[in-house]
Amino acid sequence: MPEQVLWGMEVFLNGLMAGVLYALVALGFVLIYKASGIFNFSQGVMALFAALTLVGIMEGQVPFSHLINAALGTELHHFGWHVPAFLAILLTMAVMVLLAWAVNQFVFRHLVGQEPIILFMATIGLAYFLEGFGDIMWGADIKNLDVGLPQGINTTIDEVTYNIFGYGFFIDNLDLWATAIAALLVVVLTIYSQYSKQGRALRAVADDHQAALSVGISLKFIWILVWSIAGFVALVAGIMWGTKSGVQFSLSLIALKALPVLMLGGFTSIPGAIVGGLIIGVGEKMFEFIVGSMIGGATENWFAYVLALIFLVFRPQGLFGEKIIERV
Amino acid sequence: MNQMTEEGYVTEDGRTIGGKLMEMRNISLRFGGVKAITDISFDIREGEIRAIIGPNGAGKSSMLNVVSGFYVPQEGEVWFRGEKRPQMRPYEVARQGIARTFQNIALFEGMSVLDNVMTGRLTHMKTGLAAQALWKGKAEREEVENREFVEKIIDFLEIQAIRKTPVANLPYGMKKRVELARALAAEPRLLLLDEPMAGMNVEEKEDMSRFVLDVNDEFGTTIALIEHDMGVVMDLSDRVVVMDYGKKIGDGTPDEVRNNQAVIDAYLGVAHD
Repeated sequence: MPEQVLWGMEVFLNGLMAGVLYALVALGFVLIYKASGIFNFSQGVMALFAALTLVGIMEGQVPFSHLINAALGTELHHFGWHVPAFLAILLTMAVMVLLAWAVNQFVFRHLVGQEPIILFMATIGLAYFLEGFGDIMWGADIKNLDVGLPQGINTTIDEVTYNIFGYGFFIDNLDLWATAIAALLVVVLTIYSQYSKQGRALRAVADDHQAALSVGISLKFIWILVWSIAGFVALVAGIMWGTKSGVQFSLSLIALKALPVLMLGGFTSIPGAIVGGLIIGVGEKMFEFIVGSMIGGATENWFAYVLALIFLVFRPQGLFGEKIIERV
Repeated sequence: MNQMTEEGYVTEDGRTIGGKLMEMRNISLRFGGVKAITDISFDIREGEIRAIIGPNGAGKSSMLNVVSGFYVPQEGEVWFRGEKRPQMRPYEVARQGIARTFQNIALFEGMSVLDNVMTGRLTHMKTGLAAQALWKGKAEREEVENREFVEKIIDFLEIQAIRKTPVANLPYGMKKRVELARALAAEPRLLLLDEPMAGMNVEEKEDMSRFVLDVNDEFGTTIALIEHDMGVVMDLSDRVVVMDYGKKIGDGTPDEVRNNQAVIDAYLGVAHD
């Protein structure tokens, strides 16, 4: 097989893996949007915040240490202990649930019945608040996150492909893990929302608030639940992205990549988020590989947005979104 | 109607009606400067079919929304099962055993008929979040039990054929019936129906009337309903409250109400000279 084709295949596979990570962030958007009609701009920052908190807890960092030191003249930075990854993940999840409660209590409870654009603006505010809050709480330096996920080239795939094609594919172990975890996450969330009491209540709230109230569903409980689930998805995404490229504030920008993913997949569809993520992941890698070299590269920066724009023209509801028919 | 006492009364068709299940005392409701309800009192007895009628804009739906907790009246007290009800949110009212349907049908359009009716059972499901997430023993048993009850309701309302159909694809009359099924699935002590026959053709109205009577007969459910169709109301209900411009202008058996001059004036109009 010609070398170009083999390289292409490798790029394609790596694109799929990158797409999984996009899909993870997009999933968080879809969950909240479906359940509450809120387009949560802060989903990316939530992933960043989750990753920051996880690293902070694992390394025994003192939260708000800058603030405390400045106020009290102390030199506190670390508690001097290390928390095992599993326990730290559980603690971080608890923080995300607390955040979900606070978001509902202090922001969205007061905005019930407001226009979607108002809610959207509120999530933008939330994004900036959370970014600053994460900074004050844990500091702004880039941190390494290692929860024990295997990283580096997968030697098995390398060897197998070398024996078949005479060319070893470079696939990162972390990407394989991310794919497996994302798949598991989708299966669990789907089963939960389809077959459990809370899942049914969740879908009910998404469908009709009044009707949901009339069958005894507490909107407050469901909204906290939804934001907690979004926090959980953000945590998973934060772990993956943080492990891959370090925990840094530019992580919140990956949320922007989720926008074209959602335009492709549709804002209301979980499978859409997955397929959209994969298309964007593969699309931008392949485009860079095939066309990039001809036009000077760096196409990954804009490819996703242009693709989304084309989709907006021809299929505004996305691949899997519900068609919007407005009665006149 | 025989003698009305605290303990109840016997209807013309010989059914025994119990004491007060719900009592509204001097309810007034305003939206800004608009008076929707002014100083209305009435009771709903255990086991009866109670109707609220009145011309458009009389405040009937507002009254039903007060009963179900969707509106909070500025004045007055709501008594339920002999106790004064504190201010409650609609979902808390639902958990007390008051189920309702809506004038403009509020179903979960994205779900199947079966799932819609199953949501009516939510108040009867006790298993916690963790057990549900893990889907183990108790949660599974509970789901099966509730499913059996729901199937009974589905049989009762004769909607077996559309069990798996997404609600969005159903014709109007069927949606109304599914909404009734969802309310019934909650095994309510009090069932509130907001214009259950609005927009229906004659045949659908007959079906719905039959179901309302059957529900009352079979499950002993107390029913309060709002209806425009006078013929239907007079046939169905044991007692009728008549409202006009937010005030109560009549209360009694269908016959009493039919002969009430204030009611006749409100419906037919009266010459102002």
